[in-house]
Amino acid sequence: MIERSACELLADLANGNISSAALTDAYLEAIRLRESRVRAFLHVDEQGAREQAQAIDARRQRGEAVGALAGMPVAVKDVLCTAGQPTTCGSKILQSFVPPYDAHVITRLKEADAVLIGKTNMDEFAMGSSTENSAFQVTRNPWDLERIPGGSSGGSAAAVAAGEIPLALGSDTGGSIRQPASLCGIVGLKPTYGRVSRYGLIAFASSLDQVGPLAHEVRDAALLLEVIAGHDPRDSTSVAQPVPPYSKTIDQPVRPLTIGVAREYFSAGLDAEVEQSVRAALKVYESLGATIKEISLPNSPYAVAVYYLVATAEASSNLARYDGVHYGYRAREYANLIDMYSRSRGEGFGSEVKRRIMLGTYALSSGYKDAYYVKALKVRRLIKEDFDRAFASCDVMMGPTSPVPAFKIGERIDDPLAMYLVDIYTISCNLAGLPGISIPCGFTQAGLPIGLQILAPPFQEEKLLRVARMHERATDWHQRRPALPEAPAAASA
Amino acid sequence: MSLTADDVRWVAHLARLEMSAPELETMARQLSSILDYVNQLQQVNTEGVEPLAHPLPIHNVFRDDVPAPCLTVDAALTNAPDRRGDFYAVPAVLD
Repeated sequence: MIERSACELLADLANGNISSAALTDAYLEAIRLRESRVRAFLHVDEQGAREQAQAIDARRQRGEAVGALAGMPVAVKDVLCTAGQPTTCGSKILQSFVPPYDAHVITRLKEADAVLIGKTNMDEFAMGSSTENSAFQVTRNPWDLERIPGGSSGGSAAAVAAGEIPLALGSDTGGSIRQPASLCGIVGLKPTYGRVSRYGLIAFASSLDQVGPLAHEVRDAALLLEVIAGHDPRDSTSVAQPVPPYSKTIDQPVRPLTIGVAREYFSAGLDAEVEQSVRAALKVYESLGATIKEISLPNSPYAVAVYYLVATAEASSNLARYDGVHYGYRAREYANLIDMYSRSRGEGFGSEVKRRIMLGTYALSSGYKDAYYVKALKVRRLIKEDFDRAFASCDVMMGPTSPVPAFKIGERIDDPLAMYLVDIYTISCNLAGLPGISIPCGFTQAGLPIGLQILAPPFQEEKLLRVARMHERATDWHQRRPALPEAPAAASA
Repeated sequence: MSLTADDVRWVAHLARLEMSAPELETMARQLSSILDYVNQLQQVNTEGVEPLAHPLPIHNVFRDDVPAPCLTVDAALTNAPDRRGDFYAVPAVLD
């Protein structure tokens, strides 16, 4: 039963075909069978999950009203604060951190009666594109265990792809939901900046970070977005706009539909098989009546450079809070206060986090700020204006999510720039604050998933999801599953 | 653009990051190559372009000035590596 979509499982839960306890047990069993290969989870709260499931079953049996995700197991990236549960952010510096409060999206999941099953692995502080930067373990791509699942939400993506969980939350600062979704053959959505509260999301780059859903199907992602989206006064950048009922309109095709295709998104370095699958997806849309329009985003080649100045500058400021005083790791030996700060941070942070703090500190330092940080912010505006102009003549834009399919573990880890360039197609969406989704659109001959990225204007997630669903209804890529040890046959309720 | 080990040592000091000599050397090499890459931004004409710090058209956001619940002192201090009573404990600031 666990190979089915979250929407189908929710229908079965609602009409009593299965109990949340049985469903939760089935996923816990799948985790037990598959985790030694995939290693997607940092923490599984078995007992807590069973108790939540039983409590929801009991409430349902008493005829009480239950929430939109009642009884549905959900996993969350370990970047989200969960009261009383470990939250490490993939870092040694937060290894023993147990937050005293829940992130806004966690509160929303609890209010929706979801079953919180555990925390997923990630690149340390969400800095990376392969999940190899976790201080704790390397997560493997369920489609090829020798390969990376993408990152930084690689744990969430791998857990969904492996059938260990039907729904998961990730965070996306430069592609960290969409890229692992693409590499793991699932759906991943980054909402508009401001659509989802960042309260309790451990900060990386605050003008770019956004929480979003990962799932097997577009309609599952729509439902999860519906639960987490909306205004929260505790995040001053969360926007007070009504949240449309995404899951209700999801099956309405968008007609007429004009799709912008930017020539810059088919640049040198794009894998031939990826390009072929993305072009085939565009043909699917044409067969559904869409018009393809070539557009140009002339400043997009600068997106990676802008990002690695803006994101690192913000990170260098955000991560100043890890000082060995308020929470987290403190060095054992030190000469004085400053030495305590430097040693705690030097010992607690991994090499990629140090590299980004250094780059950001340099970009903001006296004498270099105008040449690097402020210059990058100006080019950021040009990138956003490119999108404003392009969206005047199309409804959505499409292209590849990642220029390459999943690469081998260790292949790029020693070359930071080669790793950064993996995000070349996902980054500008964050710089401009747009919503973007990656959906499965094919496989390489070696059996590695390929993702199609769709971008929409700000706050048009409803249209974005409907467009993505059109492709899903016309194809069956989202129904493929990797070969892993068989999950148990579920006991019926 | 090439950063020296001394440049990198200074930035590490600003960032309060202790690093070993080999770490500083690797960092100098890697940061230099990243700076070479980001220097392509210098080609872009940005005359008269306002910096864009974040994508939303919102500026200051105020709430009503009324007290609201917040963490208790104990909850706020639970994760502190060291505390004395109701305070965070740090090494002596003045010798």
